[in-house]
Amino acid sequence: MFKSPPYLLQDASVSRVMTQVCLALVPGIAVYVWLLGPAILIQLAVASLAALLSEALILRLRGKPLALFLSDGSAVVTAWLIALTFPPLAPWWLVVVGTVFAIVVAKHLYGGLGQNPFNPAMIAFAVCIVSFPALMSQWPSQGLHLSLAEQANIVFGLMPRVDALAGATPLDALKTALKLGAESGIDVPALLANQDIYGNFAGRGWEWVAAAYLLGGLWLWLRGVITWQVPVAFIAALTAISTALWVYQPTSFASPFFHLFSGGAMLGAFFIATDPVSGCTTPRGKLVFGAGAGLLAYLIRVFGGYPDGVAFAVLIMNICVPVIDLFCQPPIFGMKDKP
Amino acid sequence: MISREEFRTIAQNGVWKQNTSLVQILGLCPLLAVTTNAVNGIMLSLATIIVMALANVAVASLRNLIPHEIRIPVFILIVAALVTVVDLLFNAKLHELYLVLGIFIPLIVTNCIVLARVEAFAAKNPPLQSTFDGVFMGIGMLWTLGLLGGLRELLGSGTLLGGIEMVFPGLEPLQVLPANYPGFLLALLPPGAFILLGCMIAWKNWVEERAALRAQQTPPAPTANAGCH
Repeated sequence: MFKSPPYLLQDASVSRVMTQVCLALVPGIAVYVWLLGPAILIQLAVASLAALLSEALILRLRGKPLALFLSDGSAVVTAWLIALTFPPLAPWWLVVVGTVFAIVVAKHLYGGLGQNPFNPAMIAFAVCIVSFPALMSQWPSQGLHLSLAEQANIVFGLMPRVDALAGATPLDALKTALKLGAESGIDVPALLANQDIYGNFAGRGWEWVAAAYLLGGLWLWLRGVITWQVPVAFIAALTAISTALWVYQPTSFASPFFHLFSGGAMLGAFFIATDPVSGCTTPRGKLVFGAGAGLLAYLIRVFGGYPDGVAFAVLIMNICVPVIDLFCQPPIFGMKDKP
Repeated sequence: MISREEFRTIAQNGVWKQNTSLVQILGLCPLLAVTTNAVNGIMLSLATIIVMALANVAVASLRNLIPHEIRIPVFILIVAALVTVVDLLFNAKLHELYLVLGIFIPLIVTNCIVLARVEAFAAKNPPLQSTFDGVFMGIGMLWTLGLLGGLRELLGSGTLLGGIEMVFPGLEPLQVLPANYPGFLLALLPPGAFILLGCMIAWKNWVEERAALRAQQTPPAPTANAGCH
């Protein structure tokens, strides 16, 4: 049965989009749980609860309808992205601080859903890594096998946090080892041969989590929730710069595969940089936004002081969005040139 | 001389209505840099109060002698002379605090609050009024910087009045939150100052809005000789 145009392909309500984003994260979360333990589920639950409570509180303060905004799912997506970027064994209050800051300051103080110039999840990450750098860098060591109860005890502070629990991410470990080994002439291929930390093409375990994010991201693109420009530009820029430096000096720079499947690259490319609110809206603008974020992420993670650069790269590009969109306006239909 | 009414207006403007930090949003540089604890904020405000009171009285006394065209350089010279006095005073009497506040004491010269009051008030009003204006503008700055410093300190490190031993030897900072409080570093960094200042401005606007609403709702109080029952 045909209706008159325009044809709507699908119901594009906020709650539907957010549900699909959550569904697309599920493969990544499943692999995460399977390879790195179920603590992430606790973090996801804590973050979601904190997000919903703080959202309800601030909506009440602002005099907005509670049910409408709470059920749109945007707070839960923010919470999940925060939980997935935080170390899984971090104390529970860390993820709560990040989530409350993201919802209250980064989202609602700027006017709520659709008004925030910065990606709330990345604000949470930036605030916490600046404020609590030590806790934010303690990732569970490889080969650590703890039961759900033990992991819960650590997250809720019932069990002492021992140093053996905490290692660096593969990305961070590589950077630190290179810095420490600069004089003894240690090089990347030798480091990557260490199968305790590094796997087939990136960090052990982490590479498969990233691959699952890639899968979820592709599904989002197939469903039409995200457009291709941002992820493609992000991955292309990251690949280009990492390949260039890798070809130039393979002993001190890791391969593009390593960078694509380490840290927050895949999550950032498909789930964070594609945020329709804080990102660019014009098609060409999205290409610039994605490429800028990919480039900056590489520069910050390799040459900067932080373990990963995706959060800061996305935030920096968020600031540039108005300018990028201004210069990337598509021509008006029927006009030859730009408006 | 000064009338009661005039005095009250000057005091109200300085402390609340025209508050330098919350309404005029002037002098943000020292505000961001030194309010990492309450003591620093209060002590810098005290230095600014001294400078502002003296600068206002000096400019107000000389206002008819200063050629209009070159008034700004003259004002700056007067302020700079007074800041030098305060700078040497802090260096001699509160040396440790002087090292902490560092460049921000000499920089009072360029603080736009001082120049703004000199230009906007002292150049047009008699010395007595100008002195009060300087003092009350300074008090407005003092409580805002003190409160902001206290909040940042509390959130950032869980203490209050850190550095008090530099002003009153023998006193100790208060450990308000438990000793294992991890410290919210963001509050001690400039973004934390911006966010908390924004919250304080919002709070002030909220208080004023509520007061205005209440004034609207309650009918004016009956005067003493208005009614016969």
